[in-house]
Amino acid sequence: MWKWIQAFASPQNFYRISEKIIPWFWYPFIALTLVGLYWALIVSPADYQQGESVRIMYVHVPAAWMSLFIYVVMATAGGIGLIWQIKLANVVASVSAPIGAAFTFLALVTGAVWGKPMWGTWWVWDARLTSELILLFLYLAYISLNNAFDNPKTASKASSVLAIVGLVNIPIIYYSVEWWNSLHQGSSVSVTKVSMQIDMFYALLLISFAFKFLYGTLVLMRARDEILVREQNSRWVKEIVMEGDK
Amino acid sequence: MTKRQNRMVFVALLVAGAVLAATLLFQALGSNTNYFYSPTEVTEGKAPIGKSFRLGGLVGNGSVKRKDMTVNFDVTDNKNKFNIQYTGILPDLFREGQGIITTGSLVNGTFVATEVLAKHDENYMPPEVADALKKAEKQK
Repeated sequence: MWKWIQAFASPQNFYRISEKIIPWFWYPFIALTLVGLYWALIVSPADYQQGESVRIMYVHVPAAWMSLFIYVVMATAGGIGLIWQIKLANVVASVSAPIGAAFTFLALVTGAVWGKPMWGTWWVWDARLTSELILLFLYLAYISLNNAFDNPKTASKASSVLAIVGLVNIPIIYYSVEWWNSLHQGSSVSVTKVSMQIDMFYALLLISFAFKFLYGTLVLMRARDEILVREQNSRWVKEIVMEGDK
Repeated sequence: MTKRQNRMVFVALLVAGAVLAATLLFQALGSNTNYFYSPTEVTEGKAPIGKSFRLGGLVGNGSVKRKDMTVNFDVTDNKNKFNIQYTGILPDLFREGQGIITTGSLVNGTFVATEVLAKHDENYMPPEVADALKKAEKQK
């Protein structure tokens, strides 16, 4: 098992195998997005209070879930890179950050657009909104720290430490609506209960799986690029480049 | 210890340190992280009376009275209630029985609000279901 992981995680092998895996993420993403949009915009009903504005949720909630999910992946990969010094883990962590930052930004913006008509304000400093904004700053700090060093090994060490410290923010975001009085509503979907109509739930689920596959596609594509840059002096990369020249 | 074990301990200490720092921080902040006070908390003297603060609760049934742009209504948590006076535009979700959060201060027992925000709950359903639920509630 360990040997198998090490073999797969070698940059060269990953580069070869990932090319074949990408379609397995890319095509499901397209299919799920199309079905998900149909469910979100046509099948699912309007809400009894919010009317059609409820449809913002089908982007907002999956994006917010992704912002947490990607952060956990990034910090875990950073930790693995730190302890076992696997190059691929450091690459995955560093290419995940901008994707996570984008999803966090999307969640914040769609939340504001929904908040103005429903709550009566774009933004409030309640526990949920503030902790999600801190998450965006954590992503941005990670990205700038990662770019502050010329040597990718040193960069990964420093930024992984930041990512792991920032991990403490994830349960705070998730439980913020339970621990404190906040303007933001509690979770409609959890392991034990779903407090929304079933078609709304399906639409939400379809889009959130679509986002997961989109992340998979992007992370593989960006990791391939990053590996070529980091391994530019190795023989196998030079061979690939020479082949391309023919 | 091997170098790898050393690094494991380092990462574990990092996580423990961050958790400890966060716990201490929120312990120190205490109720300041709460976005609003309930009417009962205000009655118990937990809110900073005399200063501007946020009051949250349900809009009392049958309590909304409009006069030009000024609205008067009760905010209740089913134990205590306060009368609110507000001049301005109310959010779409404002209605009787709705959860709201309002910013302002107490003047002679009336809460004079400068802002009224509607709180949404976690229940999402189509209008027909909401109607059916209301009917079922009445038949009880």
